[in-house]
Amino acid sequence: MEMLRFATAGSVDDGKSTLIGRLLLETKQIFEDQLEAVERTSQDRGFDYTNLALLTDGLRSEREQGITIDVAYRYFATPRRKFIIADTPGHTQYTRNMVTGASTADLALVLIDARKGVLEQSRRHSVIASLLRVNHLVLCVNKMDLVDFDEERFEEICAEFSEFAGKLDIDDLTFIPVSALNGDNIVTHSPNTPWYEGSTLLHHLEHVYTGSDRNFIDARFPVQYVIRPMSHDYHDYRGYAGEVASGTFRPGDEVLVLPSGFTSRIAGIDMYEESLSEAFPPMSVSIRLEDEIDISRGDMICRPNNLPTTTQDVDAMVCWFNERPLQEGNIYSIKHTSRSVRAKVSTLNYRLNVNTLHREEGQSKLEMNEIGRISLRTTAPLFVDEYRRNRTTGSLIIIDEATSETVGAAMVLGTAATP
Amino acid sequence: MATQLSNLAELEAESIHIFREVAAEFERPVLLFSGGKDSAVMLRLAEKAFWPARIPFSLMHVDTGHNFDEVLDYRDRRVSELGVTLVVASVQESIDAGRVVEETGPRASRNRLQTTTLLDAITSNRFDAVFGGGRRDEEKARAKERVFSFRDEFGQWDPKNQRPELWNLYNGRHKQGEHIRIFPLSNWTELDIWQYVADDKVELPSIYYAHQREVFERDGMLIAVNPFVTIADDEVVETRTVRFRTVGDASCTGAVESGATTVEEVILEVAAARITERGATRADDRISEAGMEDRKREGYF
Ligand SMILES: Nc1nc2c(ncn2[C@@H]2O[C@H](COP(=O)(O)OP(=O)(O)O)[C@@H](O)[C@H]2O)c(=O)[nH]1
Repeated sequence: MEMLRFATAGSVDDGKSTLIGRLLLETKQIFEDQLEAVERTSQDRGFDYTNLALLTDGLRSEREQGITIDVAYRYFATPRRKFIIADTPGHTQYTRNMVTGASTADLALVLIDARKGVLEQSRRHSVIASLLRVNHLVLCVNKMDLVDFDEERFEEICAEFSEFAGKLDIDDLTFIPVSALNGDNIVTHSPNTPWYEGSTLLHHLEHVYTGSDRNFIDARFPVQYVIRPMSHDYHDYRGYAGEVASGTFRPGDEVLVLPSGFTSRIAGIDMYEESLSEAFPPMSVSIRLEDEIDISRGDMICRPNNLPTTTQDVDAMVCWFNERPLQEGNIYSIKHTSRSVRAKVSTLNYRLNVNTLHREEGQSKLEMNEIGRISLRTTAPLFVDEYRRNRTTGSLIIIDEATSETVGAAMVLGTAATP
Repeated sequence: MATQLSNLAELEAESIHIFREVAAEFERPVLLFSGGKDSAVMLRLAEKAFWPARIPFSLMHVDTGHNFDEVLDYRDRRVSELGVTLVVASVQESIDAGRVVEETGPRASRNRLQTTTLLDAITSNRFDAVFGGGRRDEEKARAKERVFSFRDEFGQWDPKNQRPELWNLYNGRHKQGEHIRIFPLSNWTELDIWQYVADDKVELPSIYYAHQREVFERDGMLIAVNPFVTIADDEVVETRTVRFRTVGDASCTGAVESGATTVEEVILEVAAARITERGATRADDRISEAGMEDRKREGYF
């Protein structure tokens, strides 16, 4: 069984919680006691139907305000796949949560209320999905029951959305007309939409092909930890532990280690007591080399003929998460793969207007939930690839040294001109 | 060339990555080990993460004093197999030292008291990273928990002010006196745990499989007869074939009627189960809709 991670986004009241509740219910993930609790609460609050959205409302403050404010993770499985949903809130002020949810997602599911059509927020959700390189986007046009399952209305929304999405970097775009409340086209084809010939939502999630989304070409292995047992049986054992970021590694492969530039060959790849003939992402393994060279956490094992860019000047798109704005000249701590360095924001090139895609130049700072293009000057070199090509070696988080908070996330575009 | 990992292999890889991050970035991590199935799987993953070296941190058992013998045997056996150090943080000692007051009455439980014992032990041992076996599928408040979850100097969790967590880049920065709770099993479901126990042949305490035991019914649950519970006059003790779905305080952990003697049989039961794990078998978790969130804020597991 494979795993599919997807993020959901929608504006408040588009029916996202109801849709997730519906998926959980129909795939039998909801247990009797959970359903009873929700039925009881629905009744107490005077609803005339069971509010499935209550199944996914996690924290008290959210229940009190009746909105979802933080990323929550949900799980369900069918015989074909296991699914992890990153359920992210819709408000503008929570763009950061959508970015967070999308960072690990293979697919993004964006909801639109059929009556309201494509809103500013729907555009923003698709921009974020595209920036974070979520390769598959599903647009669920919800509440079709409230527009009499009108085909024309559906087509109109699809056309409007497609036009906007055409400007973005999205490989695979799918539209599905649904009613989360009643279950139309969620698991079974709805008799109310005879004109719709595509898949139901669940069928699409179960079958969408994600096998080629990972990078199996550029061999990158950030060293996380050095295993040295110092025991009698494994006296000379020295394993470089980490998760394969991309590409494949095999015993016998010639490798080059950054930053030293030393070369060697892979003597063996261990996964507990097993010796592997091959390692690929996202496997966590331990690599032994033929030669004794000095390697520590933060180094990267690659192939000599295919190296990442070594740079201290990083050009990146950043999404800002914190109330204290990003400003030119500020110094932060950066975490990139297993490497931690300090960095100064050397320039803020522009702010991206996520509704119009306009580049707004001449800004002095980036506020919370804003996205912009920056150059970072780091204290030590990073080994990076373009985020489009490599989600692991192309991503980094920005940490405020005073508060220890994660204040931003960045996607690498390349090397910046030295300031 | 197979280039798609199975669900379990991907989860395993993610958990191992988390263990190694913590071992590399923290000075004094500790793994909470109750002997329950989640902590058993967590320990197994830690073993794999550092093989052939020993696990580079110690284990801690927050001991309510209300244990099943089978679980203590299992705990001690695993500790000696792995050659790790076990720290026992005792709730009884917290009571004796006047740090907490024991509940009274027939429904008295030491579950809530564990929080103080746990936080005191974290402080006195200067632990900076604490691995817990919590899963996000267990409960609504847990669904929002980060893999690296920051705790302030009072050990408290602030669910509204959590650090964004992206990709597999974890932020473990903290000041002295603060700590980070680490949840390597965040993305595992109950079924994943059982399937892993089956595939990987993870040993569990025998009480997870069907056996004969003296039990009585209370609040719709089957509670085992043991020295830590007071049986009321109208509660009837009988011998039934049961197994436990979670391992907690013996005074309030319920058993379920079951004939599942092997892990494969347990999986069939879990797959067909109609009631959540905690709802069925943990009296302490049924307190209120927001029970878990409140306890987690205070610093509970
Ligand atoms: N008629 C109709 N109402 C829906 C549908 N989906 C959701 N709703 C209702 O829309 C409201 C908002 O839904 P909710 O799931 O809470 O929205 P969220 O804010 O996006 O999570 C609730 O009253 C739902 O019952 C649908 O397909 N049809």
